[in-house]
Amino acid sequence: MYGLGILKGMWVTLTHFVDTFVDDLRWLGRRYYTPEGIAHRSSKDSRGIFTVQYPEEKLPVPEEFRYIPFLIYDIDENGEHQDRCTSCGICAKVCPPQCIWIVRTEDPETKRPVPEPVEFFIDIDICMNCGYCSEYCPFQAIRMDHDYELSSFDRHAEHIFNKERLSKPAAYYNEIRPVNFAIDEAERAEKAAKKAGN
Amino acid sequence: MRFSALKRDERAGYEGHIVPASSLLEVAKALRDEDGFDLLSSVTAVDYLTDNEEEESFFEVVYHLYKSTGGGAEVLRVQVPRENPVVPSLVELYPGADFQEREAWDLMGIKFEGHPDLRRILMWEGFAGHPLRKDWKEVYFEEEAKPFGNRWPGGQVYRVEDQNPYGKNNQYPDGFDPESWVETEDPLLYENLEKAAREYTEDIDTEQVVVNLGPQHPSTHGVFRMAVRLDGETIVALKPVMGYLHRNHEKIGERNTYIMNMPFTDRLDYLASMSNNFGYALAVEKLMGDKVAPPERAEYLRVIMAELTRISNHLWAIGFLLNDLGAFFTPALYAIEERELILDIFEATAGSRMMCNYFRFGGVARDLPAGILPRMKDLVNERLPRKIDELDLYLSENELVRSRGEGVGIITPEDAIAFSATGPVLRASGVPYDIRRADPYSIYDRFKFDVAVRYHGDVYDRYMIRVDEMRQSLRILKQALKDLPEGEILTGHNPYQVRVPAGEAYGRVEGPKGELGYYIVSNGKPSPWRYHVRAPSFINLTILEKMCVGQKVADVVVNLGSIDIVLGEVDR
Amino acid sequence: MTEINASPNMNSSGYEMPPEMRQNIAITTLDKIWNMGRRYSVWPMMFGLACCAIEMICTAASRYDLARFGMEVMRPSPRQSDLMIVSGTVTKKMIPQIVRLYNQMPEPKYVLAMGACASGGGPFKEGYNVVSGVDKYIPVDVYVPGCPPTPQALLHGLMKLQEKIDSESITSVRWYQKEAIEAIPVPILGPDIIDPRDFPTIKSLTQGKPAAAEPAAETA
Ligand code: SF4
Ligand code: SF4
Ligand code: SF4
Repeated sequence: MYGLGILKGMWVTLTHFVDTFVDDLRWLGRRYYTPEGIAHRSSKDSRGIFTVQYPEEKLPVPEEFRYIPFLIYDIDENGEHQDRCTSCGICAKVCPPQCIWIVRTEDPETKRPVPEPVEFFIDIDICMNCGYCSEYCPFQAIRMDHDYELSSFDRHAEHIFNKERLSKPAAYYNEIRPVNFAIDEAERAEKAAKKAGN
Repeated sequence: MRFSALKRDERAGYEGHIVPASSLLEVAKALRDEDGFDLLSSVTAVDYLTDNEEEESFFEVVYHLYKSTGGGAEVLRVQVPRENPVVPSLVELYPGADFQEREAWDLMGIKFEGHPDLRRILMWEGFAGHPLRKDWKEVYFEEEAKPFGNRWPGGQVYRVEDQNPYGKNNQYPDGFDPESWVETEDPLLYENLEKAAREYTEDIDTEQVVVNLGPQHPSTHGVFRMAVRLDGETIVALKPVMGYLHRNHEKIGERNTYIMNMPFTDRLDYLASMSNNFGYALAVEKLMGDKVAPPERAEYLRVIMAELTRISNHLWAIGFLLNDLGAFFTPALYAIEERELILDIFEATAGSRMMCNYFRFGGVARDLPAGILPRMKDLVNERLPRKIDELDLYLSENELVRSRGEGVGIITPEDAIAFSATGPVLRASGVPYDIRRADPYSIYDRFKFDVAVRYHGDVYDRYMIRVDEMRQSLRILKQALKDLPEGEILTGHNPYQVRVPAGEAYGRVEGPKGELGYYIVSNGKPSPWRYHVRAPSFINLTILEKMCVGQKVADVVVNLGSIDIVLGEVDR
Repeated sequence: MTEINASPNMNSSGYEMPPEMRQNIAITTLDKIWNMGRRYSVWPMMFGLACCAIEMICTAASRYDLARFGMEVMRPSPRQSDLMIVSGTVTKKMIPQIVRLYNQMPEPKYVLAMGACASGGGPFKEGYNVVSGVDKYIPVDVYVPGCPPTPQALLHGLMKLQEKIDSESITSVRWYQKEAIEAIPVPILGPDIIDPRDFPTIKSLTQGKPAAAEPAAETA
């Protein structure tokens, strides 16, 4: 019969419409603004309203999610910030669009490089969030951030991140990427043990 | 070989034959008619520029020919001097060479004698120079190869445009007078459009008009433009205009180290970044040899990701084809919903929804995080089959879809092959050519699946074939997820700079849009000497004019939608 | 009328206003209503450039749903839109069209640069056909970094834009001023892209020098 196909299509859209209410009723209010609700909405059983009501609710970002990179510092006993970065330059070398600038200095006496960057810049208007800097950094010093709420009114003043802007404490890293953090810590402990053993 | 003119390519790491320009046509004709190499897959040019006094600099035009019944390539090369490079055009024999030759003219400055419409294609008419030549330098040129020396250790940050006198990415030849400049891009386009216009006779006496669709048009899937000559509502000539998203992928790629190109390939066909990664990884692995053969688990992960990508791409393509048909947004919304669920998996595994950057030479970047495998299985075994059936139910039999799709934009199998169409466009015309079967790569030979084929070659079949392919992808996925072995995911230790021996390689995969090929020439240095992408969307567009001429203007957007292009890949 | 401070909480205070300020208070109240009307009905132009456009479409689709912000009405015509989301790499070949579209948009108009490319050139910045940020040609109100910004990041940018709209006052916005707003000159496709505003610089830099050798005949 001509028109049957159209009717079938209408039927499908109608079921979608009805589904909206079925799930809402079944979850009785818990479908929104709760972590379980969001997880359910993004699962295989999701039907009906699919919307995540940003900014009131936010989609949980998975651990591997990458946005702009950040530098990690540890806080030592005296409360001083210890950069993990040794300004070895690997990230600047591997960065595909070459948006990392690192200033390394030498010790005036020994002429050996100081294992800490004087400055560290990332032009976030070039950065492609590829994650290579984090992947190839041998000192677990640079990692990909989860903070995506970075919009601004002025890029000229704000969009070249310097070391101060990039640095975040190790505790923050632990908070956003617990699994990776644990792996990194194990690796660092191993390295430290090797060093102590020598 | 039968031809005395043919010479084996003796260089280490190269294959194929060198043909003198004068006998190219003859050789190509014989290969096509006698040996069955009917599918001209890729045409590109390489600039072998050398400072060495003893060696000679020359251009080489490289042709990759395949049989549409499957099998390996026949590579032809024509070497021409850098001064006045002229090569006979293959458009008469292989109409699919049309755009690719124009691209080689535009970017490399090689003249193709006998080409009917040799205009610039990615840049505009009047642009100074041919950018892919090795001695052509762009405004922001810093060094021949990355990494740049001034980033580390003395990395004082600057914005490169601030060092340009115009504060922009601009440069002009000496003696240039901006006031007397006349743009030639559009006049030339319209002139050629008129030349191509077909006599169209109908009783009503109408005047022909030129209509431009795009580059800002809701149905062109990005910044694509079609200049159309109309007689009443009937199309008498159509010229696609592209390059509005030409991002110099290849020029940048020749400065990047091998590993740096991986995230750039994500941005080619940004709806299917995993398959782009796949093709590039294959090409480089071909060059690097067996020492980077990926471990089992990585092979499975690659196939899983590539097939998930295919599904998400086809969902998107169908949704937006329906948009073009006038079913505004509902099918697209439903399709995007499923795509989002697939993207969630990519995001959790690779770190980004679209720009996955997941493949490495010799494996993949990360293993699956905890909890993803069950989610994938749920999706593949339960949700996606259900949703694809639903899609089939509400669209395939819809009378409006049928009447707007059936018999519209027909491509005959002969045309499809001649115009080098690949992917769903080719298979919807009844040619069962799928690289996963025709020239198997990775571990596709282990899976049971059918090559989806449809026979009418119209818009409706190009829609249906995508539904079929999603079902076949699900079949592969089910097998792959079931058999996914434990183990390593990467051979070697993932160095930040890989050593690639000199030579050339052409790696190709069956992307969601067709044959995605990477042609790479290495001279042993950290960056490729030549890096060329054989983009399926770009080459599938060659046939658009033929599809549309003689039809109504309303069908143009539908025809375009049924080819499924992504501008990042068309323009690169 | 004097310039007034458009701070949004000016009207909510309980303190006494001097009589000569009364008139301005009426305006700030009006501003509030006026801005509320505008912030909840920003119509973006349906206009995508590159990869970021896909994320823009996803933002408009069901999961992130722009309609919650009154922005779901994507208009294909610049004449009916308030906001241009520059979503992707701006190339030299495309910039004349973008400027033309911008000129065709009626005031009040806003531009949001989505992604690294539109803000400052992005990963392809070094390319010969890439514009180093759309703000080289048209004014930009909000920048959203990221490559690509996730839909939620774009929503954050749009909320920033709403903030900006809120801070505007009917008395000081440019489109109610006496001076006519000049259209931005459309760039020309020359040997490289030419911004007509650069004519004097170009001439001073190229004219003194002898003409370069004629490039080989450009038509085949
Ligand atoms: S961030 Fe890591 S790779 Fe980069 S300079 Fe510091 S230590 Fe080296
Ligand atoms: S994420 Fe990629 S592009 Fe960004 S700074 Fe790191 S290496 Fe460079
Ligand atoms: S910012 Fe990144 S995702 Fe957006 S258009 Fe540019 S390359 Fe594509």
